Formats: sequence, C-alpha cells, structure tokens
Amino acid sequence: MNSPHTVSQPSILTAEQLLQALPGAVRKLDPRALLATPVMLIVELGAIATTVLSIVNPSVMGWLVTVWLWLTVLFGNLAESVAEGRGKAQAASLRALQEETTARRRRTDGGVETVASTELRKGDVCIVEAGERIPGDGDVLEGVASVDESAVTGESAPVIRESGGDRSAVTGGTTVLSDRIVVRITSDPGQSFVDRMIALVEGSERQRTPNEIALNVLLSTLTAIFVVVCGTLYYIADYSHAHQSWLVLTALLVCLIPTTIGALLSAIGIAGMDRLVRRNVLAMSGRAVEAAGDVDVLLLDKTGTITYGNRQASELLPVGGVELRELEDAAVLASLADETPEGRSIVTLVEGGEGREHAPRPPAGATLVEFSAMTRMSGIDAPGLRLRKGAGSAVAAWVAETGGVVPADTEILSTQISGTGGTPLVVAEQRGEAPARVLGVVHLKDVVKEGIRERFAELRAMGIRTVMITGDNAITAKAIAEEAGVDDVLAEATPEDKLALIRREQRGGRMVAMCGDGTNDAPALAQADVGVAMNTGTTAAKEAGNMVDLDSDPTKLIEVVEIGKQLLITRGALTTFSVANDVAKYFAILPAMFVTAFPQLHVLNVMRLSSPQSAIVSAVVFNALIIVALIPLALRGVSYRPSSAVELLRRNILIYGVGGLIAPFVGIKLLDLVVSLIPGL
Amino acid sequence: MSATTAAVLELLLLVAALAVSTPLLGRYLAHVYTSPRHLKVERAAYRIMRVDPDADQHWRSYAMSVLGFSMVGLLIVYAVARLQLHLPQSLGFAGFGPAGAWNTAVSFVSNTNWQWYSGEAAAGYLLQATGLTVQNFVSAAVGMAVAAALARGLARSRNGGRLGNFWTDLVRGTVRVLLPIAFVTALVFVAGGMIENWNAFHTVTTLGGGHQTITGGPVASQESIKLLGTNGGGFYNANSAHPFENPNAFINLVQVYLILLVPFAMAWAFGLIVKDKRQGGAIVATMAVLATAAVSFMTWAEMSGAGTATRLAGAAMEGKETRFGEAASAMFGSATTLTSTGAVNSMHESFTAPGGGIAMFNMMLGEVAPGGVGSGLYGMLMLAIVTVFLCGLMVGRTPEYLGKKIGQHEIVLVALYILTTPTLVLLGAAVAVTASSGLAGLSVGGPHGLSEALYAVTSAANNNGSAFAGITSGTTFWNTLLGLLMLLGRFLPIVFVLALAGRFATARHQPAGAGTLPTHRPLFVALLTGVALVVVGLTYVPALALGPIAESLS
Repeated sequence: MNSPHTVSQPSILTAEQLLQALPGAVRKLDPRALLATPVMLIVELGAIATTVLSIVNPSVMGWLVTVWLWLTVLFGNLAESVAEGRGKAQAASLRALQEETTARRRRTDGGVETVASTELRKGDVCIVEAGERIPGDGDVLEGVASVDESAVTGESAPVIRESGGDRSAVTGGTTVLSDRIVVRITSDPGQSFVDRMIALVEGSERQRTPNEIALNVLLSTLTAIFVVVCGTLYYIADYSHAHQSWLVLTALLVCLIPTTIGALLSAIGIAGMDRLVRRNVLAMSGRAVEAAGDVDVLLLDKTGTITYGNRQASELLPVGGVELRELEDAAVLASLADETPEGRSIVTLVEGGEGREHAPRPPAGATLVEFSAMTRMSGIDAPGLRLRKGAGSAVAAWVAETGGVVPADTEILSTQISGTGGTPLVVAEQRGEAPARVLGVVHLKDVVKEGIRERFAELRAMGIRTVMITGDNAITAKAIAEEAGVDDVLAEATPEDKLALIRREQRGGRMVAMCGDGTNDAPALAQADVGVAMNTGTTAAKEAGNMVDLDSDPTKLIEVVEIGKQLLITRGALTTFSVANDVAKYFAILPAMFVTAFPQLHVLNVMRLSSPQSAIVSAVVFNALIIVALIPLALRGVSYRPSSAVELLRRNILIYGVGGLIAPFVGIKLLDLVVSLIPGL
Repeated sequence: MSATTAAVLELLLLVAALAVSTPLLGRYLAHVYTSPRHLKVERAAYRIMRVDPDADQHWRSYAMSVLGFSMVGLLIVYAVARLQLHLPQSLGFAGFGPAGAWNTAVSFVSNTNWQWYSGEAAAGYLLQATGLTVQNFVSAAVGMAVAAALARGLARSRNGGRLGNFWTDLVRGTVRVLLPIAFVTALVFVAGGMIENWNAFHTVTTLGGGHQTITGGPVASQESIKLLGTNGGGFYNANSAHPFENPNAFINLVQVYLILLVPFAMAWAFGLIVKDKRQGGAIVATMAVLATAAVSFMTWAEMSGAGTATRLAGAAMEGKETRFGEAASAMFGSATTLTSTGAVNSMHESFTAPGGGIAMFNMMLGEVAPGGVGSGLYGMLMLAIVTVFLCGLMVGRTPEYLGKKIGQHEIVLVALYILTTPTLVLLGAAVAVTASSGLAGLSVGGPHGLSEALYAVTSAANNNGSAFAGITSGTTFWNTLLGLLMLLGRFLPIVFVLALAGRFATARHQPAGAGTLPTHRPLFVALLTGVALVVVGLTYVPALALGPIAESLS
C-alpha cells in the first residue's frame, strides 16, 4: 500500500510522539475527562488528596508519592493521547481531500449552476467531467468514466465507474480521469465517507464497545473492593496500634487498583481501530471490530478469495495414440491468437514443462484465427495445416465438418474433467485436405490461491468455519472446496440463499462474517454480524455492511477477524498482568506498613527492600512506570498467532499471568536500589 | 498407629466415601430439580400453600418468593424467641430481647445458625423446633433451590428469564432430599450413641458429691440436619464437641462426611442439569482441590502445634476433645468453615494461629469449597464466571460460560455479588474494632483480639455461624451488627444470582467450538483455583496480616 494517507508501519513509540501527545495528556487531567474510567479517576482523587496532605504536613516521602501519583494519571492520559495522535496524521491528509471544490449542480429546470461542494445535499445531481474532482459521495446516474480513487484507497490504477449495476458508487474527493458522468449525491455535508473516516481515525467518534464496557465494570468493581480494603484498614490498623497515615493508604490503594489496564484501556481500543484503518478497512463502529473477534462462520466468495478468479491449464491429455509433445505444440500454436487468461495459461504451462527450450514457432505464412464468442475456438491457419482449440462441442462440429470422427476417449476424458469441476478444451488438427483429427484435451481448472489452504487450517484451529460461496454448479464447487480445504460450500448461490444461510447459522447461535459488493448482497451484508463491503461496490452494499474495505480485497475478511481477536486478547492480557502485579505490591507495602508495630512481619519483606518509606515509594514508582513501559504493547497489540483457544490461553497466561506475578518483584527491587539513595526519605 | 497415619487414613476414607456418593446423589439431585412429576405428599403441600407447582416463574417472581418465604420464617422465629416464656415447651426459659431475637431469627433463616446464647440454657424446645428444626430444613432447601435455578437458567435458552418454580424446588429439596437423608443418619447417630428424647433436664449428684444437670432433648434428629443442611446450630452450646452431640471418632467422621455430602453432590448435579457432566466435574474438582489444601494445611498446623515444646506439653490440644485429637479436630474445623456449616467439634479460638487463619480464609473464600448446600455451588459459579471473563478475553473472544455470553449486564451482577461479602466483612470489622461496644465483646487485644472480631464478622457475612469462642457476642451491638451482616450476606447475593440466572435463561446459547475457552479441562480448574485464591487473597490479606499472620509469625 502506498496511499498518500497511510503511514507505513511507524515505529511504535518515539520520543517525538510522546512530546506531541503531552499537551493533550495534560488537558485530560480535567477530572470530568476521567469520569469514564473510574480507575483513573480514583488515582487522580488520590493525587489531589496526597497533594493536600503533603502541603499540610510536608515530607520528602509525601512529595515523592504525590508527584508519582500525578505522573500515574498523566501517563495514562499520555497513552490515550499517543493513540489518538497516530490517527491525527491520517486525518490531516484526508482533510486535504475536503478542500472546498466547486460543483456543477443540475437545477430542476435542467440548467446548471456552480455551487460550493459543501452546499450539496442528498439528492442533488451534479455533472463531473474529466479532470474534475467528484464533489461528494454519490451514485452515477449517466455515463461511464475512469476514476482515480488513489486519494482514498491508495490504489493507483484507475477504476471504471458507470451508471447502473454494481460499479455505480463514487466517492467524494476522487478525480474523474476521462469522460463525463452525472452523479446523484447520496450524503449530506459532514456525513460523507471521508468525514466518517476522519472521525474514526481521530477517535472523536469512538464509542466504547460492549466488551470494553463490561471490562470497565469489572475494573471498577476491583477498584471499589480496594477502596473498601484500604478505607477499613485505617481503622483496623488503629485497633492494632499500627496507625497508618492516609498518605500511605492512598499509595497502597493506587498500587492495588488495576491502574495498568485502566490507563491503557482506551488506548487499546483506539489502536485497534487504527490497525484496521492502516489495512485500509473502515469500520463503522468499534462494536463491529469486536464482533469480528467473535465470528464463528466466514462466508467467502470463491472468486478472488479462494481462487485467482480465472481458470488455468493444469494438464494436457493426448488421445488416440498422439504423442504428448505433438499435442503440446499444437495447443500452444492454437493459443497464439487467444489472449484470454485461459489461453495464456496454456502457453505458460507448456513452456514451463520439462525439456522445453523455447515455444514452438508458427510455420511460415500462418494466419491467426482469433477467439470469438461466436466460434468459441481459436487457432491458426497455415498452408497444409490448420489447428483449432476450443470448447468440446465447437471443435467436434469443426472436425465433423471436415469429415473426421471424434474418438470415444475424448468424450470420456472431457466428462472426467467436468466431473472434477474442471473445464475441458479440445485440440484438433487438419493436415492438408484430410479429415481433421482430435489430438487431445486440455484440462482447465480454477486454481486455488497459494497458501489459502493453510489459512483455512488456521481458521479451523481458531474455531472458525469457512463456507465457500459460488455460482458454480455443485460438482465444480465441491471439487474446489475440497482442494482449498473449506469446511462447507454453498453452490449455485443466489443472494437469497446467502441470506438464508446467514439466518440459519445465526439461529444456531453462531456469528457470521461475509463480504460482498453488489446491491443484491446488501440484505446479506446487513444480516451478517460482520459485513465487509468492497469499496468498488454499490452504495447500497456499503450502507448495509458495517465495514468497508477500501482495497476491495475479499481476503481481508480474515485479517479483520484477526485484528478483532488481537484487540480482545490485548485487553485480557493487560488485565491479567495488572491484577497479577498486586501480589508483589503487597509483599512490598504490607511489611513496610506494619513492621514497626509487628517486627515479625519483616519476614514477608522477601525483596529485602531497604526501608519502609523506600518500599512504598518504589511500589508507587513501579506502578506508574509500568504504564509507560506497556504503551507500545497497548498500541501494537499483543502478538497473536492463530491457534486454538487452549493454546492461546496457555501461552498468554504464561506470559502475562506468570510474567505479571514475577515482573514487579524484579522491578520494585531495582527501583528500591535507586529510591533508597534519595536523601531525607 | 501413629497420629499422622490415622489422620491420613481418615482423610482417605472421607475422600473415598465422597467419591462414591457425589455422582450418585448428584444424579438424584439433578432428577429432583428437573423432573416434571410430583409426589402425592408434595401435591398436598402445594394445595396447603395454594401454589401452582407447574408455574414457570420469572426470575423476579422466583426471587420475591424466596424473599417472601424467608421473611415469614424470620417473623415466626422472632416471635417465638420473644414470647417463648408464654408458649408451651419453653422449659421455663425467658423470652429473648429484641436484638437477641433479631439475631437469632436472621441467623436461622439465613442458614447461618450463629448462636449468641447457649442452646441448653436459653432456648426451649419450641424455639429449638421452630428455629433449628424447621429452618434447618427449609433454609437449606432455599439455598439448594437458588443453585438449581441458576443451573436451569444456564441450561435454558431464550425463554424470557423463566427459572422454574421456587415452591416446587423448596418442597422437593425438603421432602425428597433433606428429610430422607436426615432420617437415616439420625438413626445412625442414635446407634452411635447420640441421645434422642423429650425428657426434662435431670439433676444428679456426682460421685464427688457435686450436682450436675443432665440435659435431654431430640439431639440426634437435629444433629443430622444440622450437618446435612450445612446449618451448624448445635443443640448444646458446645456443639459437636459435646459428647451427646458427637459421641465418638466414628460418628465424628460421619458428621464431617455429612457436611460435605450435599454441597459436592449439588456441583455434580449442576453438570447434569446443564447437560454437560464434565462441567460439573470441573467444579467438583476445583472444590476438592481447595478443600484438600485447606484440610491438609490446617491439619499440619494443628499437629505441628506452635513448636516442639508446646506440643510436648500438650498445648496444641487446648480446646480440643481428647476423643478426637488434633487431626480429626482440624478436619472438622476445615469442613465446617469450607461450608456454611459452622458446627464445631473443638474451639477454633484455641487453634494455632495459622490454623485459625485458615478457618477464616476458608470462609473468606466465600465458602465455595464445597460451600453451603446450594450456596457453595452458586458462589463457585460466580467465581467461574469471573475466571471466564478474565481468561476468555485472552483467547480473543467475548467471554462465554456454557455458551452464554458474559456481557455488560452479566458482569454487573457478578460484580455486585463479588463485592457484597468483602464489603460487609471489612466494614463490619472496622466498625467492630472502632466502636467501644464492639471492643467490649473481645476477650483480648492485639492480633488475637482482631482475629476474634474478624472471625465473627466473616462468619456472619458468609453465613457460617462458627465463632472464635472468646468473643462475647450476646450484646445489643454485636447481635444487631451480626444480624445485619447475616441478612445482607445471605439475601443480596441470592437476588444477584437469580437476576443473573434470569439473564442467562433469556440469552441465546452459543455452541462451543475450538475457539471457545473450554471450562472443563484441568487448565480451567487450575485457573479457577488461582482466581479464587488471588481475588480473596488480595481482598483480605491486609486484615489477615494484622490478625492471624502477625500472630503466626510471632
């Protein structure tokens, strides 16, 4: 992708990015901005409390704790600002597209007036000619034009847009290269595609997703429990003659509540959306991205997703004792005039064969017989030699015309090839005036994309079932399905069949993802839990889906699912890490708090931290620094390999659960070595 | 045979007995809570109560039935306790004061059976019969009903939140499960030497010339349901340490078995009700792991005592019955706190510091290993849902348990459940050690005093009912506070559980696939155990550090 607005994967976090995000982070210190994340709100309230306590009763430790509590809040805000900042660069280049252009609007009386593009309303009709920019999203009413959509999609090759059918949608900001089209505008100002993209990448329209809300509830619950724990501890400690200051209890509280995940939660969400945008997929809501992670069934169009989209020659089968070499030569010569991909594939197959130095040359004085839909044959006419290659019935007719007979094994081979889902082409020659004879059969078949079988195996391991959708007949469909390794197939599929299939799966409690482009795909796209519309598709399709792929690459559906999963895994992993960290923090803080009253608790100081004050400060500092340390992970997402749930869980528990238990022991100990050097602590 | 060998053998015998009975009784329980047929005697009961046993109740209606039924029970016990002097069979005991009656009424209705009074010195037969006997059966049946409703909610799909019928569950739990088992075990107890009579107290002259009151009473019949229903309220103040309530080591083992019988079987039944035996197996396994660890650790603490010298001096036997010894006392002490029983055969106050700490920690776990009849199952399922939520995200899907998505509404209810008991315990403890009237009830200061207070509030909020005997809890302050903790600690969680069951019954069932987090594998059992320990540990460690931990390390 070399689109002007997609930045190639940037280094995850640079000092410059942090610096740029700083003002935003400071602005977010406003407690109202923190209302949505109770965890961070409690940290800020704690920071305010310790500030007051330190002013009233100044001490080195008091101020250290205060400063680091403020830094904890700031670091959390910083994560969110950095995530938002990454989208801002993209938004800026998109905005450039929106520079006001003029539009020639057709008046109701048939005349044309020139207005600013921002004045266009839904239903207005405009005329756009070569070299002009299309003023807004719309459908082509009249004409055909080639359009440069690189500004939006990053794809430099122009695309054809024409009235009617599935290629009628145009996007505002793209440029007409040739011809003239009449466009009916389909969006009001501020609602266009580009507007939505800007809002999305900037995160301004970000709504929290169901899982994020649920996780926030759990984090708030943990926070509430720890507020009770620390609040009641004041009185329980008093009873035990181990009086604790509110400063220390606040420090304990902030260390215990899940600040790591609380601080990074919204950054993770923004970054997940960002990853999609970077792959040129535009999700209409975060909910859709999350739903992608839950998908159970993928409906994939055969053409373009599973196969390359055209049939290719896979083998040549001689009949009636003809030498293979002879058949090959004849097939290549007969295909010289065949510029279709099928024809080219025959030449490629023969030239790539063993013992071939170069392709056979046509004899002198030969004329090429071009392939036509009428004759359904191509070939070559040379003095004393005529070659034909084409559909079985057409070649048979030609052979019969010359008085020849088609041998029985031609029929048998053709039927066999059809039976496996392939297409047979027959090659025949006529030498002189003798009756023509059949040389053999070319086996054309749909070629399955390389690596797609492995991809489906991965999906299966992830628990996702793949269903191939094709207009082919059942036999052909089954053959390809087997070769590609899809789990199921819907042959001779009509849009109604697709819709029915989706409904059936959903009734069984499964979530379905599909992609489509035509207007007749719209109901299915709307019904599917994740519907990815191709950008080349119609407006109806794009409106019905909840994602649009600007590259119009159906394979992208698989990536979308992976991004959805990665988003959820990142949240889960950091939550587990955050909670696991608490164990070490208790070992640091509890002995520090109570060792004066109960010297025997010193044995719990397993890290051998130098002093109670240093232990508490080290834990608070660790708690703040771990947020910064994990910002890159939050933005990038945890590494994700498609595998079964059990395997994923085992791996992530090991890294983030067990890692989360151990890491703070090491971190707090190291910090203590430094912190203990601070004079006056 | 050395004491250690005896301890190990007793434990093995117990495990073997449970291994046999859990699947058998579990299958029977699953049938009881799902069968559409009614017994004749049950039909009669429904006619008397004027309820339609086949009405499928919405969770709200189910919850109102639970609360309404319990409220009526509470008022009856309260009235009998206040007025017992004017009622028959009072043995001449005076009525309770308002705080005392409130505490006692809540205590029995909430399946806690905290007893601030001495049964033989304050409660007449009528109070024993209405309070202990009736509520011992029905409060246990209520817990089982709620757990069954949750299991059915998980098993159902898109039915608008209907959970079954509370009255049917209540009657069946009593008639088909608790009464028959209690009857049989009562006979075993009588055969084992327990008393069963309605005699007035005898005063006899002892050989030494002193006077002694020999109590009577229907002990065996109450004893069986006391343990079977994880109630724990003893006929006598000394509870299962009293020779009439627990005559010998064999009966002691039967008592421990009886405590654990139904809670484990309920978890097995759960697997059958949700039509996936392995799910019940995983829950049983988690309970067993936690229980085995608790029993082993407590037995070790008690048998190794506070050091060689004290042990040689017999100090670890303080508060324990010589006919049971340290191991059997520790086993009983663990079983009673791992469930919501609270019966004791030794004084937990006198346990070693770590032993007492484990008893407390067992209750703090929320009594889920295996927990009270029914309440243990739903408590463990709540923890399972938290585990699924934490770990489910890590497999890249919206967390789901048994095909039910755990979304915002579900997690709110689970969160409220998880939040309730710790809040009650910690606030209760803070109030108790701050108020002068609270402090007045504690026998000592320092870590041990804190343990007394912490133990009392933990026991009340978790509906256990056992106590660190040193505490004097019969004051207005303690009776009121503990009554409140018992009431909220029982019924708030029940409402949350039923609301959640309703959500589950409404939700669509998602079929499991390779991408779903399996909740029946050893990995999940390990995670659930870990989550239970970490969540509870993080909540209570600071308070425990000042109580039993500080005491243990001194």
